[in-house]
Amino acid sequence: MARLSHFLVMSLTVRRVDGGHTETWCAVMSDKTVTLSEERVAYLEGMVRQARTAAAVFTQFTQEDVDRIVKPMVLAGLEQAQYLARLAVEETKIGVMEDKAIKNMVATEFVYNYVRDKRTVGVIREYPERRLVEVAEPIGVIFSLTPITNPTSTVLFKCIMAIKTRNALIFSPHPSAWRCCFEAVRIMHETAVKHGAPEGVFTCLESHNLEDNKYLMRHKDIGLIDATGGPGAVKAAYSSGKPALGVGAGNTPVYLEKSANLDMSVVDIITSKTFDNGTICASEQTVVIDDEIYDEVLTKFAKLGAHICNEKETEILARTVIDPKTGYMQPMAVGQKATNIARLVGITVKPKTKLLVTPIKGVGPEHPLSMEKLFPVLSVYRAKSVDEALKVSVDVNHNGGLGHTAVIFSNNEAVIEKFGDVINAGRIIVNSPGSIGALGGVYNDMVPTFSFGCGTGGGNSTTDNVNVYHYLNIKRVARRTQAHMWFRVPNQIYFNVNATENLRNFPSRSTLIITNPALEAIGHADIVKRYIPPETPVRVTIIPDAEPDIKIVKQGVEALNFYKADQIIALGGGSVIDAAKIMKLQYEFPDADLEELAAPFLDIRKRVVQYPTEKKNHARLIAISTTSGTGSEVTPFAVMTDKERGFKVTLADYSLTPDVAIVDPQFVMSMPKGLTVDTGVDCLTHALEAGVSVFASPYTDSNAMQAVRMVFKYLPIAYENPHDEEARSMMHNAACIAAIAFSNASVGVTHALAHAFGARFHVPHGRANALMLPHVITYNASVPTKFMPSPNQGAYVAHKKYAMMADLLGLGGHTVEEKVQNLVQATEHLLDRLGVPKSIAELGISKEEFEKTIPDLAKIAFDDPSWRSNPRMPLVSELIELFWSAFKGRGSSSAKTEIKAKPAQEMVAL
Amino acid sequence: MTTSAEVQKVNGENVARSVDEVCAKLIPSEGDVTLDVSDVRRIDPSGLRAFEDLAAAAADKTVRIVLQGVNVDVYKVLKLARLTARFSFVD
Repeated sequence: MARLSHFLVMSLTVRRVDGGHTETWCAVMSDKTVTLSEERVAYLEGMVRQARTAAAVFTQFTQEDVDRIVKPMVLAGLEQAQYLARLAVEETKIGVMEDKAIKNMVATEFVYNYVRDKRTVGVIREYPERRLVEVAEPIGVIFSLTPITNPTSTVLFKCIMAIKTRNALIFSPHPSAWRCCFEAVRIMHETAVKHGAPEGVFTCLESHNLEDNKYLMRHKDIGLIDATGGPGAVKAAYSSGKPALGVGAGNTPVYLEKSANLDMSVVDIITSKTFDNGTICASEQTVVIDDEIYDEVLTKFAKLGAHICNEKETEILARTVIDPKTGYMQPMAVGQKATNIARLVGITVKPKTKLLVTPIKGVGPEHPLSMEKLFPVLSVYRAKSVDEALKVSVDVNHNGGLGHTAVIFSNNEAVIEKFGDVINAGRIIVNSPGSIGALGGVYNDMVPTFSFGCGTGGGNSTTDNVNVYHYLNIKRVARRTQAHMWFRVPNQIYFNVNATENLRNFPSRSTLIITNPALEAIGHADIVKRYIPPETPVRVTIIPDAEPDIKIVKQGVEALNFYKADQIIALGGGSVIDAAKIMKLQYEFPDADLEELAAPFLDIRKRVVQYPTEKKNHARLIAISTTSGTGSEVTPFAVMTDKERGFKVTLADYSLTPDVAIVDPQFVMSMPKGLTVDTGVDCLTHALEAGVSVFASPYTDSNAMQAVRMVFKYLPIAYENPHDEEARSMMHNAACIAAIAFSNASVGVTHALAHAFGARFHVPHGRANALMLPHVITYNASVPTKFMPSPNQGAYVAHKKYAMMADLLGLGGHTVEEKVQNLVQATEHLLDRLGVPKSIAELGISKEEFEKTIPDLAKIAFDDPSWRSNPRMPLVSELIELFWSAFKGRGSSSAKTEIKAKPAQEMVAL
Repeated sequence: MTTSAEVQKVNGENVARSVDEVCAKLIPSEGDVTLDVSDVRRIDPSGLRAFEDLAAAAADKTVRIVLQGVNVDVYKVLKLARLTARFSFVD
């Protein structure tokens, strides 16, 4: 069995197809097609197999292994730089040997300087703070097209990149640059293999035609096509359906602006445009010059060896060096000396003429010299203004140069910035030569390259200077992270009987008390006033005892402005405190758009709409709660309606949290029984839902658990014996503690259901919660149909959290399942004891009526943000089932069945 | 059916030669041949080609080649060379 190097095989069978083309790949790809013979297919398959084997073996190499190979390759390239340059010029008849030698040196030494310390094997980058690691994966076999204009330098560059990244390369050189490329590949291959690279890591088509390229471009074992050449090659690469780096033609506009250093600019342009006789596609094509400096610049060009063409000479060049049919440059001119071109077209110039400068009056097909010219013919355009100069530069950019390269010479930062903004080019070179500047690493700190990504403008996938990272699949190993959590509460919370006395500690120049008529009538507002320092001017604003309306808020803000208040005391239940929160918001930030601030969000830390921070007025908000349920005195939420426009906004932001909360039970001693129950059950729901929320933390757990314990103990007492001070006081504290928990952990499905149902059937919020609560506990304790993403939790723990609550309540039970059932039953018993209706049906809502509304209710509940922190992600169908469970009522069989059918007990460990 | 119960050790220092030897000794016209490759830490192109040849020879003779103790780096090389389907693997 033959195990010869593929290079040996090829050198024995070399049959070169040399069409003698000087076109770039565009012409080659449009050559007539040839059907591949079986022999040819076998040849190509053998080539791919060899490369695949090399690439497979290469995957075992370490960073040290590849670095050991790269260095001698670079040295070999440097040693052979002149030899390969000479070969290239002899074969292609294009360019300048000395410049091509420099290109070969840049392609080796400069590229090595960039890659030598780069990690390209295994872990290449680590981001410990993000718990993210990037790992390199080779591509495998890369099929590479190389151009006629930079043949050997492109080969050297790609070979170094391939070894550095553990890839195998199959080269398809331009047919008129095959011999020099083959020799460059041979030198690189021999050196690489000698230093340990797998045999066959580089191969080169011995001859080729369009069909060879087509066949290889579609081959299943080719991982990437790297097409450096004209638009035809790039298009063919991208059309193949393979991942491709296609980097092709340009048309570099240059803006020479009046503030520029003219001497430097002219030298840079000549250096760049004459380098290798202008074959680098990033070289300058049309220089747009400000009117004020135009003549001076042309004089400088002439002094330094440029021939400024007159109108007739320019017209001759336009006819001859650009193909009138295609509008593209004529091959005979590519990479030729200025003097040769002049002689060819019949223009008389001095013997040492470096450059032919052709003044043009426009850009586009009717101005042929505004096209790309990979030879030392440079167009110039006289611009009357910066605006015109920028527009003409844009025209050149869009005349075949999109995405490639542009140059500006200017010391005016504003002009440079504008040029960078309006020109679409991957490389915008400032005050330096275009061609050498674009190569990177010489005049600037760009990545050294011989392949210029031209972005989508050029039909390419990248605007980068192609480098080693484009030869890698970069894998991200992302370790689990925990989002930062928070625990935010008002600065100060005063509690227990007569806690209101602490108002004495808050000096104010003007205080506005906001309360409702009932509380005002029974003298609660007077109690508050009593504790405000006597020198403080105090006004009372009475608002209706209902969900605040925008009109009420506006009136409140007017009062705040009128009295120039620096302190707001909200005395009331959730509605009053919510109204005060929004009044404060509008008072401090008059331009705040409440509707916009109410925009939905999933994670408060990542919300789109940010609350304002620049306050126009400052006011301290002191919230004194007069019910034991919502806990609005410590929460960051506020709800408001706009009856006229028919919408409701729910605002949520920690800036809404009152500055001071006073939890004084003297204000709840006279709460009626119904309100005691509704608010008390609301409090219990807050605690239970915060306890199992996906945002629950040890900080919120302690509050949630304590609140659950307090409600179970004291709510029945407060209900049955409203004058029991201890029970009232503890329930008042429980409401605040539960609110602290849900302010930081949020609520769950019970609230989503209750919001939808309560709004539709005008059932108080607490009672609506009560109807849903036992069913939701059962639901959450079961194996979820869909888990809620919860990076902060190690596993699904809702059922175990409920079991913990049951333990805390001393409900007994040996297993998690038993404990959850006991909690459900205890909740049901509590609700029974409080006289809460057992079912929705008990409210007098008929099955038919309920059935009609259920689809809408489920949709509304699903849109409610409350469930987003629920441990179990509800399906709409499950919301419907829960509604039906609530309709049937507590103790209905379905709930019990579900918990038995899908116990979560053994599913996961805490 | 002829089956070779012998497990043949592949020399990790010279994989190609070692596998070639196995290939030359593929006596059974059908059955299993097990190669212990646990000493092979890295495989070079010649070694890989030897495995390709072995797979081809085994297919001709209806022999199943079982590779024992392949490390994951070598396994990946075989995978990239599209050879894993042509062998069986045991730990």
